[in-house]
Amino acid sequence: MSARATTATAQRVLWQIRHDPRTVALLLVVPTGLLVLLYFLFEGQPHTFQRIGAPLCGLFPFIVMFLVTSIAMLRERTSGTLERLMTLPLAKVDILFGYGIAFGLLAALQALIVCTVGFAILGLHAAHGAWLVGLLAIANALLGMALGLSASAFARTEFQAVQFMPALILPQLLLCGLFVARSQMADWLHAISWLMPLTYAYEALARATAPAPLGGAMAADVLAVAGFTLAALGLGALTLRRRTA
Amino acid sequence: MAEASALTVENLRVRRGGREVLRALSLEVQRGTVTGLLGPSGCGKSTLMRAIVGVQIIASGNVTVLGHRAGAAELRRRVGYVTQAPSVYADITIGENLRYFAAIVGADRERIERTIATVGLAGRERQLVGSLSGGERSRVSLATALLNQPELLILDEPTVGLDPLLRSELWGFFHELARGGTTLLVSSHVMDEAGQCDRLLLMRDGELLSQSTPEQLRESTGESDLAQAFLSVIRRSRAAGGSDPAQT
Repeated sequence: MSARATTATAQRVLWQIRHDPRTVALLLVVPTGLLVLLYFLFEGQPHTFQRIGAPLCGLFPFIVMFLVTSIAMLRERTSGTLERLMTLPLAKVDILFGYGIAFGLLAALQALIVCTVGFAILGLHAAHGAWLVGLLAIANALLGMALGLSASAFARTEFQAVQFMPALILPQLLLCGLFVARSQMADWLHAISWLMPLTYAYEALARATAPAPLGGAMAADVLAVAGFTLAALGLGALTLRRRTA
Repeated sequence: MAEASALTVENLRVRRGGREVLRALSLEVQRGTVTGLLGPSGCGKSTLMRAIVGVQIIASGNVTVLGHRAGAAELRRRVGYVTQAPSVYADITIGENLRYFAAIVGADRERIERTIATVGLAGRERQLVGSLSGGERSRVSLATALLNQPELLILDEPTVGLDPLLRSELWGFFHELARGGTTLLVSSHVMDEAGQCDRLLLMRDGELLSQSTPEQLRESTGESDLAQAFLSVIRRSRAAGGSDPAQT
């Protein structure tokens, strides 16, 4: 692993994004736009908006980074650039960390905007500080990135990669507790929800935005998110093969 | 140290999609030469090159590059590889592509500028690669492999679709590199480039039909035209046992 190759990769990914201003605009504007939509949707029910909107501020980067990474990595695989990188003095972790740094920065910017609008303008509260939601948002973005990276190995075309979003992310979003409390789910659904990384990401966000004191449970959720991220990165590294058929 | 061959391939077999694409191929490439790898599209040239740079899973055989097993970590700074389809980032500029690959291999600014000039793209660093023609893109791809002055350059059809003048300039540049001690293996499916090479490897259907100099090829076949000479080598090999020689 080399710091120079890692930072060069991060910079290259940021150059790619910078040359695509429409994607940058979509990344930064869409989550905030959806939050504003929810605000008006639940205009008469501020409690519902608080219960869904506050954690959602920290979940947007997860969803977006999953999509962006799975497509970016698939392109890297199909365009031959990954094969070229594999013949150069560059470690696999340089690629993974390079992507992590670039998308982490982008997620931070995205979280800053959506949290500012949500907590300062639309009246959402984060009992333990909006900054905590912002930090969790970055961690969740890295989780989304790591999952997207692994998922890209199982797609041959961009059409397939895009389908992984409804196939892998939507079920997690439905079962994580955001829409229906997990305690009210059928037992088997509840059991499945324990296996899904997004459940822990949501729980941490729910704790950060609710007034109850943060206990060891918060730490456990954060550790679970970190564990899933590392496991997905490890799986992603396994899918970056130097030799292929 | 002064080993004569930069590259040896012994009994290399590669299977792709259930088909044997390289069939017990053996060859040798001498240091400081420009060696042409010629043969029709689909004969296994690219697969052979992938095996040499160590990204191809092989069924059996040995590939030794600069004294190491192909794909060894030590070789990643010493071997340059340019794929047939330009493998550069289309969504960033020429200059950004080169700066990225230069950072990985450790080439400085001056080296980047000289390399851009070599491939005839000076002054166009700020242009997006995606807006370039196919030939220009492959020049960017070639430039990224020249940045760290590798000892062995593996170039897969580097001159396809290029302007004839630029093509001849590039061949001149390849020979200049070879005089400086670099070994080049250059593939092509057009025979008119064969005369530009110091040595020729003729491939067909996953097998090596001949390895010689252009002069030897002309002499042994009695043909002055290299395309005709290739044809006669193919006929001779078919007469000697067809395209499926008895291998034990």
